[in-house]
Amino acid sequence: MNITALFKLVPDLVEELEIDDSGTALDMEWLRLIINEFDDHAVEEAILLKERSEATVTVIAPDNEGVDDVLYTAAARGADRLIQLMGDFEDGVNNHALARAVAETIKGIQTDLILTGVQAHDDLDGSLGPLLAEYLNMPYIGYVSGVELSDGIAVVKKEYPGGLIGEMEVKLPAVLGIQAAEEPPRYVAVSKVRMAMKTASIEELEIADLDPSGGPEISRMFQPEVGERATMITGDEDEIAARLVEIFKEIGAL
Amino acid sequence: MNQDIYIVVEHLQGQVPDISFTMLAAGRALADSTGGDVVGVLLGNNAQGLAGNFAADQVFYIDHPMLAEFTSDAYLIVLAQLISEKQPRAVLFGNTSIGADLASVLSVRLDVPLTYSCQTIGENGQLISQICGGKIMAESPLSDETTLITIIPGGYKPEQDQVSASPPITQLDAPALDDLRITLKQYIEPEAGDVDISKEPILISVGRGISNEDNIELAEELAEAIGGVVSASRPVVDLGWLPTSRMVGKSGQKVKPKLYMTLGISGAPEHIEGIADSEMIIAINSDPTAPIFDVAQYGVEIDLFDLVEVLIDKVNEAKG
Repeated sequence: MNITALFKLVPDLVEELEIDDSGTALDMEWLRLIINEFDDHAVEEAILLKERSEATVTVIAPDNEGVDDVLYTAAARGADRLIQLMGDFEDGVNNHALARAVAETIKGIQTDLILTGVQAHDDLDGSLGPLLAEYLNMPYIGYVSGVELSDGIAVVKKEYPGGLIGEMEVKLPAVLGIQAAEEPPRYVAVSKVRMAMKTASIEELEIADLDPSGGPEISRMFQPEVGERATMITGDEDEIAARLVEIFKEIGAL
Repeated sequence: MNQDIYIVVEHLQGQVPDISFTMLAAGRALADSTGGDVVGVLLGNNAQGLAGNFAADQVFYIDHPMLAEFTSDAYLIVLAQLISEKQPRAVLFGNTSIGADLASVLSVRLDVPLTYSCQTIGENGQLISQICGGKIMAESPLSDETTLITIIPGGYKPEQDQVSASPPITQLDAPALDDLRITLKQYIEPEAGDVDISKEPILISVGRGISNEDNIELAEELAEAIGGVVSASRPVVDLGWLPTSRMVGKSGQKVKPKLYMTLGISGAPEHIEGIADSEMIIAINSDPTAPIFDVAQYGVEIDLFDLVEVLIDKVNEAKG
């Protein structure tokens, strides 16, 4: 069983986001990038499946500042093969372009199951998983929070609102969009990552062409005008707590 | 191509969720700018009764036993054929567990553009999407070719009773639904928790900012003092610190308490979706740019650990 996990890096939302001079894109220059949190869960689910079923795990990611560290961390967590897609990714590419590039790469790798995050917070032209699935003519199920593998099929838990689960069976090969791994992404010590940097190697694959067609043409990007923001309560802890207690009384909560 | 706006109406276990009505409202705004009709598209098995209160000019209903419950495979075959045959100007999907399994695949299968996470339609029919956890908006013109759009909540009220008469329903033939690769085996109902947070009047809700599992106790103490219960955002539940029954938001419960007080919740759109009906939201967060402050009536920018113990004491004092 060969499992492929895909991830991409996205802006860290803790940082201030700015629009570039064109007014149609994020200013990438000072952005700190981190792994898309759902992709992190997809990598974890791949490794959990490997531990249960003796699969091999290949992790693929497009080249971006800091991607080597995340790939080596995946190796330290248990991934067997690391592939970095080399191309013009620095200014950001849309998911149609990325899905086409990954599809070409994956055609050269034997894979039974592809896992990726169900969404990323910067998705504007669809999600990577279902786009990729269709380029590869594989079935896709998203919002997945549990996977059981058996002969030629996967039985997955698909999440619906309110905690309802649809248990679905899908023929392999397939692509799954992971909402949450069955266990939280594991922590690995820095020493283990350092060791992975010595023992694991990253294969670099050149991407000739990034074709973004299929995505929207962004005419303007802006920070939302905030309507009525919260009334901020200021002061020291005692003053704040006293004011909160007053509010609790006003609304009859106390 | 015609100028009509198609709405792929969602339903699950015989219920039509709010997002379907939000989409019908967004579709009306878009149809006003294109000059076309709003057309509800309903796939199901003996399900046409669901269409009675759709605010649509007409409804296309496709019936087949394989469409009784949602699976992307069967839905995709039906929708691909319908869209390529009718060539509407736009097709709206929910940005949900159902719609998000369809829209991206159809964009590739039909080779048509897709705009994701659209929240509102601008004055000239532009699509305004919300990304980056609600911190950035992106505007794009409606393409000249058939365009697929996913809709997120927040831009339009999901009003269900906007129709004086049921829309005319046209039943269309379903294509052959053979060689399906996905089947629904069963639904698994959520386990009932010890409390039903959707009915609780006071919720103390914890997010990632609570930092570690031991600190949940602090929230429990505050909740106990004020007579409420503890709920949580998704990351806290994914980490196993609280059970799924306590999860608020898109994939958890929609809550409507008298008081919703957040500790270390940034307010991602998926969370905001679950708390819109709260009477009073008070947000405690150390990040002054956290989107939660845009929906809260009161906010405190502070490290929650500096405040909560003092607050517990003050609440206990006030109770005497």
